[in-house]
Amino acid sequence: MAQTEWIEACEVDDIEEEDVIRFDHGDRTFAIYRTDKGDFYASDGYCTHERFHLSNGLVMGSTIECPKHNGRFDIPTGAAKRAPVCVDLKTYPVKLENGKVYIQI
Amino acid sequence: MKDYGMVIVGAGEAGARAAAELRARGWTGAVTLIGDERHAPYERPPLSKQALSEDGEPAPVTILDRPKLEELGIRLLSGDAAARIDRASHEVHLAGGARVPYERLLLATGANPRKLSLPGNASNEMLYLRKFEDALAIRGRLAAGKRAVVIGGGFIGLETAASARAKGCEVTLIEAAPRILMRGVPEPIAAMVEELHRRNGVSFKTGTGIESVNREGGEYVVSLADGSRVRCDVIVTGIGAVPETSLAAECGLEIENGVKADEYLATSDPDIFAAGDCCSFPHPLYEGKRIRLEAWRNAQDQGTHAAGNMLGDRAPYGAVPWFWSDQYDRTLQVSGLADPSNTTVLRDLGDAGKLYFHLDGEGRLVSASGMGTPGGIAKDIRLAEMLIEKRAHPSPESLADAGFRLKELLKA
Repeated sequence: MAQTEWIEACEVDDIEEEDVIRFDHGDRTFAIYRTDKGDFYASDGYCTHERFHLSNGLVMGSTIECPKHNGRFDIPTGAAKRAPVCVDLKTYPVKLENGKVYIQI
Repeated sequence: MKDYGMVIVGAGEAGARAAAELRARGWTGAVTLIGDERHAPYERPPLSKQALSEDGEPAPVTILDRPKLEELGIRLLSGDAAARIDRASHEVHLAGGARVPYERLLLATGANPRKLSLPGNASNEMLYLRKFEDALAIRGRLAAGKRAVVIGGGFIGLETAASARAKGCEVTLIEAAPRILMRGVPEPIAAMVEELHRRNGVSFKTGTGIESVNREGGEYVVSLADGSRVRCDVIVTGIGAVPETSLAAECGLEIENGVKADEYLATSDPDIFAAGDCCSFPHPLYEGKRIRLEAWRNAQDQGTHAAGNMLGDRAPYGAVPWFWSDQYDRTLQVSGLADPSNTTVLRDLGDAGKLYFHLDGEGRLVSASGMGTPGGIAKDIRLAEMLIEKRAHPSPESLADAGFRLKELLKA
């Protein structure tokens, strides 16, 4: 298994409820979510359909919708939910510590 | 139902989505997709963008590739056109002679480019864009230093102009109407699009007709009604599309600006449905006004929806119309049907772009049009779409306030 590490992504307060922000690390880019229930999740930043950043999309409950073609993913699992997306989104573990959001990549 | 199965004529966006949906819904009988192109179903939006401008050998972006079709048990008859529908015997006759029986039939025959006939000896040398091979033909003529004339200031013409600029061509866009994007796009947004193209080096000739196109030696000469002439190496024409209704008309189905369907997307024959560019239907959000949409999302949604009704759902179709266009680093999106006759509200997002909302006489939101960075406008357009769907009456002050989150209006 490849080595993973916990990376500080943002402050808890940087993301409003039912919203998403972009987080870049090295040459990689991620989307960090806060669902309507207040839970935090992380995934690859780009939609699996076309190279378009999901942080521009709309969070509805625990679903993220890509603004480009309205493909949808389940945020907790990354599962593709609506055409045209058919490839699941890679997700990453998240933990909160001292008001900060960490993701394991 | 008998084992005749479901047959779909037209293997584009609507047809492919319908076929996939029939399987997703658990239909285990036969599904046959008839397409006159030799490719597996592919996306058309990239044809005016990446397929024209990106480096490398372009390939169709497939919606359902052959392994997927096989996995789903969808029989694709490609490269053989449907020639005739025999409604009495429930059969589609193919040009090659074969007959395909159907229990329910979906017409997803799309549209063809509207042809422009002009005086002069080069009218039939103008290029049109609809299919992958059309894109290859145009792409082969776009190169640095070449001069391209684009006729038509709609989405196909504008995206082709942007792609030609990306390839380093000198581009002149000619539009007979007083401005570009006359259909469905508010005037201030169209002005932003024109300005964007001018900044990227496109020349415009609007409000002037074309007298003739002639080949003179190794070049074309386009003569305009205002007396000017434009010399070029290639002419691409995008002046709209005509719904493909010949099969439907020939078998006696009702036609009205397309294959006439009811709110369930059923044609005048209850066993035959229509979806996508070829389909005209009454829209419940706009007082049942009969419309026909030439848009990717509509093709996708209607194809999916029609599949459910072929299986007996009897659910009315009422998705909010939505379309987008990418030009350079900007995107334009419209949800709803633009109607500036009552109230227009501007939401100014600064460098990220602008949105214009249209409200009807009672203050109900009927459309939102945005032009800007994809990250700037897409979220608000999507929220507006949800408000339109809810028949919401948002306050113009909230819509205009860029600091106000439109999501709050949905909770109201």
